[in-house]
Amino acid sequence: MGRSLTGSRCLHCSTVAFPPARGCQSCGRTSQETIELGSRGTVWGFTVQRFAPKSPPYVEPAGGFVPFAVGYVELPEGVKVEAVLDCTDFAELAGDAEVTLVSADPVPRFATDLALASSATIGERA
Amino acid sequence: MSTGVSIVGAGLSRFGRQPGRTGRELALDAIRAALLDAGLAWTDVQVAFGGSDGSGLADTLVADLGLTGIPFTNVKNGCATGGSALMSAVNAIRSGSAEIALAVGFDKHPRGAFDPRPEDWGLPAAYGEAGLMVTTQFFGIKIARYMREHGISERTLALVAEKAYRNGALNPNAWRREAIPADDIAAADMVNDPLTRFMFCSPGEGGAAIIVTSDAVAARLGRAVRLLGAATRTRRFGSFEVFSPSIQGTGVPSSVSADAAAAAFAAAGVSPSDVDVVQVQDTESGAEVMHLAECGFCKHGEQEAMVAAGETEIGGRLPVNTDGGCIANGEPIGASGLRQVHEIVTQLRGEAGERQVSAPQIGFTHVYGAPGISACTVLAV
Repeated sequence: MGRSLTGSRCLHCSTVAFPPARGCQSCGRTSQETIELGSRGTVWGFTVQRFAPKSPPYVEPAGGFVPFAVGYVELPEGVKVEAVLDCTDFAELAGDAEVTLVSADPVPRFATDLALASSATIGERA
Repeated sequence: MSTGVSIVGAGLSRFGRQPGRTGRELALDAIRAALLDAGLAWTDVQVAFGGSDGSGLADTLVADLGLTGIPFTNVKNGCATGGSALMSAVNAIRSGSAEIALAVGFDKHPRGAFDPRPEDWGLPAAYGEAGLMVTTQFFGIKIARYMREHGISERTLALVAEKAYRNGALNPNAWRREAIPADDIAAADMVNDPLTRFMFCSPGEGGAAIIVTSDAVAARLGRAVRLLGAATRTRRFGSFEVFSPSIQGTGVPSSVSADAAAAAFAAAGVSPSDVDVVQVQDTESGAEVMHLAECGFCKHGEQEAMVAAGETEIGGRLPVNTDGGCIANGEPIGASGLRQVHEIVTQLRGEAGERQVSAPQIGFTHVYGAPGISACTVLAV
């Protein structure tokens, strides 16, 4: 359960997909190679989940629901990946903030530099 | 187009909560209203298309309408169900296989947010467990990014919702009929930043039906609205949609709404600047703002000044969602696309009462939904 996201690159047109593609969304070809995506990117867009999602399917963290950020992280390979975003303050995520992958499972999860340095991150699971 | 197509009948059920009534009953209300509007009987209808997202199969309605033996095809295309049904009805007329065709859409959703299952969207169950299967997140992320790129303010989002409720108050069939001040909308509970509770439409209840005919039949019936162009599209590469684990490609995401609108305008032979009254999908305030530009009515960012100047009001230069849109009528998924067409037909006929726009000649409808589908029409009198 590593700290790396596995994607794919189309052998025909080089389009990068996450999760790995069965067929290329750009050219429709099926020949794809598996690649590891970079672990650092910029926040392309985000919002804050202010209320607890319906449960099931949502599983509340042990300490109960706290608002968390979710958004898309633009990776250097040319794909934006949906992820939970850890931060110490939601304002840190504005304006192309740089974030680092902290977990690939069960869903992609990135953190701001301040969150990486701090233990009191917003949305961190107990 | 080879064969001209006209709308001769448009009907709605009531919208909003109707305890004890089924989605199918709302569909029947809409069909009977459309037939009455057209001066036709069910036995005149030669082909039908329709559907709901979660309230049953449209073809079962014949049990209550009359077993006339006509082809009746079920359509299930998410928020574009009504638009796809109408497109099929239009094509039946164009092909010459029928002269009178019906499109119907309906739904009755339970209270609260929609309840999508990750596996239905090709996603691991973990996306649901992590709290990412929430449709409103998509809208929040999309408009937040758009505001930053194009200088749209939070005030504009509140003003768009304020207009929706004000127009709804003028619409006897709307669900939400109470005006809400922009300050209250802005101060309401945040759902997904920057969108508050009052900026979103709610899953709702309603049915809508449209009857299209050949020009020859329309000339006989009267009160016809001409369908100048219609188009449905699915998303192209690089689009950003609800429940996307990633957005592929670089640069600005593609827009299925832009594609469908451009195709409808091309078919119609008119441009957005010719349009007098507009319906665009307003799942939330930001969607109305973005769709105005995506459909070609302004450049990205111009909405800020347009809304501030009141240009999208009923009395403005380009009235938008004059019936209150999804925000005031609710979102019965199958019905919304045809509700929009009903409103434009009503406006073009000059029958919109208190919310009537001054003598519109050309109208436009745009519906958009998951997983990246859009249907647009250009209508004229």
